[in-house]
Amino acid sequence: MSHHIVQALDIHYTYPDGTVGLAGVSFSISHGESVALVGENGAGKSTLLQHLNGCLLPESGSVRIGDSFLNPKNLASVRRAVGMVFQNPDDQLFMPTVFDDVAFGLLNLGFTEDDARRRVAEALETVGAGHLAGRPPYKLSIGEKRAVAIATVWAMSPDILVMDEPSASLDPRSRSRLIALLQTFKHTKIIATHDLDMAAQLCERTIVLHQGKVTADGQTVDVFRNEELLHLSSLEKPLGMQNCPVCTTAALLKSPRSHHPHGH
Amino acid sequence: MHMADALISPAVGGTMWCASAGLIGYSARKLRQEGDDRKVPLMGVLGAFVFAAQMINFSIPGTGSSGHLGGGMLLAILLGPYAALLVMASILTVQALFFADGGLLALGCNIFNLGFIPCFLVYPLVYRSIAGRNQTKQRILVASLVAAILGLQLGAFSVVLETVASGISELPFGTFVLLMQPIHLAIGVVEGLATAAVVGFVWQARPEILGTIVSSRPKIKTATGRVAAVFLVSTAIIGGVLSWFASTAPDGLEWAMQRTSGKAELAASSNTHAALAVVQSKTAWLPDYDLPVADRPVAGTDARQPAWPSVSAGKSLSGLVGGGLTLIIILLFGWALSRRRVSWLEGDRHA
Amino acid sequence: MRNLSGNLLDISYLDTLAAGDSPLHRLDPRAKLIVTIAFIIAVVSFDRYTISALMPFGLYPVVLISAGRIPAMYLLKKIFLVAPFAVMVGIFNPLIDTTVLYHIGPWGFSGGWVSLVSILLRFCLTVAAALALLALTGFNAVCESLLTLGMPRPFVVQLSFFYRYMFVLGEEAGRVARARSLRSFDGRAMGLTEFGSFSGHLLLRTLDRAERIYRAMCCRGFDGHVPALRRMRKGVYTDVFFVLGWLVLFFIFRYYDPAGKLGAFMTGVWR
Repeated sequence: MSHHIVQALDIHYTYPDGTVGLAGVSFSISHGESVALVGENGAGKSTLLQHLNGCLLPESGSVRIGDSFLNPKNLASVRRAVGMVFQNPDDQLFMPTVFDDVAFGLLNLGFTEDDARRRVAEALETVGAGHLAGRPPYKLSIGEKRAVAIATVWAMSPDILVMDEPSASLDPRSRSRLIALLQTFKHTKIIATHDLDMAAQLCERTIVLHQGKVTADGQTVDVFRNEELLHLSSLEKPLGMQNCPVCTTAALLKSPRSHHPHGH
Repeated sequence: MHMADALISPAVGGTMWCASAGLIGYSARKLRQEGDDRKVPLMGVLGAFVFAAQMINFSIPGTGSSGHLGGGMLLAILLGPYAALLVMASILTVQALFFADGGLLALGCNIFNLGFIPCFLVYPLVYRSIAGRNQTKQRILVASLVAAILGLQLGAFSVVLETVASGISELPFGTFVLLMQPIHLAIGVVEGLATAAVVGFVWQARPEILGTIVSSRPKIKTATGRVAAVFLVSTAIIGGVLSWFASTAPDGLEWAMQRTSGKAELAASSNTHAALAVVQSKTAWLPDYDLPVADRPVAGTDARQPAWPSVSAGKSLSGLVGGGLTLIIILLFGWALSRRRVSWLEGDRHA
Repeated sequence: MRNLSGNLLDISYLDTLAAGDSPLHRLDPRAKLIVTIAFIIAVVSFDRYTISALMPFGLYPVVLISAGRIPAMYLLKKIFLVAPFAVMVGIFNPLIDTTVLYHIGPWGFSGGWVSLVSILLRFCLTVAAALALLALTGFNAVCESLLTLGMPRPFVVQLSFFYRYMFVLGEEAGRVARARSLRSFDGRAMGLTEFGSFSGHLLLRTLDRAERIYRAMCCRGFDGHVPALRRMRKGVYTDVFFVLGWLVLFFIFRYYDPAGKLGAFMTGVWR
């Protein structure tokens, strides 16, 4: 897998209870791209992410990771290449201690104990959680849990990083630390999020999902300028791109909202 | 209805430990054969669910009191007997360790009473035959109710047997049975209603869950009879051997001592010991205080001993003094130990 | 009736204690587990009227508590909280067994009272030892030692999963229960139908969570086998010494009744 290409070819997926998850999704992401996946609640973001490493298999259509199309036989190698950070870190941190959790994937990959120890330490340092190694996950704050969840994937040095709502319920400082961390990851990133400011900061490209379909795919700046499109997908322009009422007196008088934090 | 460490003898506790360990091993092997990876997290999380649900109280209609879920039957319905037994065992382990519900030695009894009985006996033989293949809400309700009541009745009876076999509590068998069974009839009804309420809810909301879990389960009916038979036989054997050991061990030890030293009591090995023994034999009221007076009411007829109230007075006073002094010494020792550590740490800090 | 969040805090407090550092904390968990089990077996192996001979066994929990720097009051409180069950079963003894067994001065004590005291004493000793074991070792280390002592892997793995998610689900159930109580103003417990839907919902969410966890595991190469790094050192001299030392002591306590000998000696000397 030299090129780390992620390609979706007309994926359809319907849940067992009849809910349509994806209704024909196609896109192609090339190596090193950083892509935001946005859309209203229930638009199909998480469902799509589950397809990228074979947690769900499409009813029709196919997913290509690198050189191969995803099928039950190459799941292991695909999962090696695609690192997935789940929405709820409690689902991802299932081992007794933080250390064990980060080591889980490494040991499954067949790393020796010494190598695993070293990489665990490195990954935890990278996310600023080195001091948490011996702690049980239930004793961590949500910000710490998220950092450790990222470390569990980071340690396996994936070629493609897939994240579901990484900035949700983080305090502002943890959030900016997360953004800074993600900026250092040079491989392909795919981030599903409602945090459009983060998307604007991290991703040059944005894919908009609406009712299981791609309604827009292009430069982040262009997508976020298209107010009609955003409105249709229950989204709003990132604060950073809105006229700031504090800076503009005229806007202050017109704006229905009198105050909101600076985003620029 | 947890058994407690304080109520069982090592023979009973040990027997049940061996039996339960065997059950755990057997279930673990069966699970491995099933090879369903999905069950690994599912079991742990469902165990946590039962643990949490046990702490939610609900009011019992018409009584004004409240009850809570027990969980064994529910787990068996959701997971099948093997996985359910393992989950029940771990819930009981955590309860024993953290809340002293039961205790470590009684753990084997509790795994048997609250795990084996509902999961391996009542679930396959009663629940499944009532709920049947074509489940309906009514059938599930009736099956849960009957199974839970039966499970708890058997469990309670087993508690009685274990307690009586241990002989620590002095409740006679009949009284204990009359005490336990009606109480657990009430508890069983509550447990049954709670199980039926939860299973009924799941059946209505997501019937496919019960369906898939049931269909993914291997055939167990034939296995159960065999397991039960093997289990009962092995329990009888282990129990027999262990209780023989327990009843003869002290005597056995004395016997060994007699063989090796030629005397019932160890020969005084050092001068100090000998000197003490001389002092003791001159001063002590009752040299042979190790005699278990209590267990032998006929001991008073023994020619060596005077009328037994005075005997027990001697024993009890010396017991009181000895026990009390020992306790004081131990507590002082503990206090000194903790003091020493503090001063040592502080000294270390100053240095 | 138990309080959910209180219990979870309690458990996590034991884990906090276990994260401490003392020579006892540093011992191999297996050593502590073995000694504690031997201790419990020795304590419960006495006949039902034993009191004074049990006293020397107090040494073990007392040493664990003081040398391991466990807050003694906390453990005592925990023991008293769970004592009612032992009292409940033992309380019938004085009613049934009324033969006077001991005389201390003018007072006579029936066998029932003696055996009740004996039950309570055993109870305190075994509970204190088990709690001290946890407070010095931590649950995860106990799990690990169970594995190395031969418990089947699937059991130990799901035991540690259970422990992990006990906190997550406990908090979840606690939140739902709180939300419910905030809207039920008469403060009564919930009815049966309500309970069915309450725990039914919790169960459905639990099943979904199990599925998500399973996926998260698969994403990191899970193939039915949960790997674990061996953190345990090979048994060293201190561990062996700890185990052998206590086993010898328990043996002496069990078969030579030091408290009884001490008492007989003292009463003899005074006389």
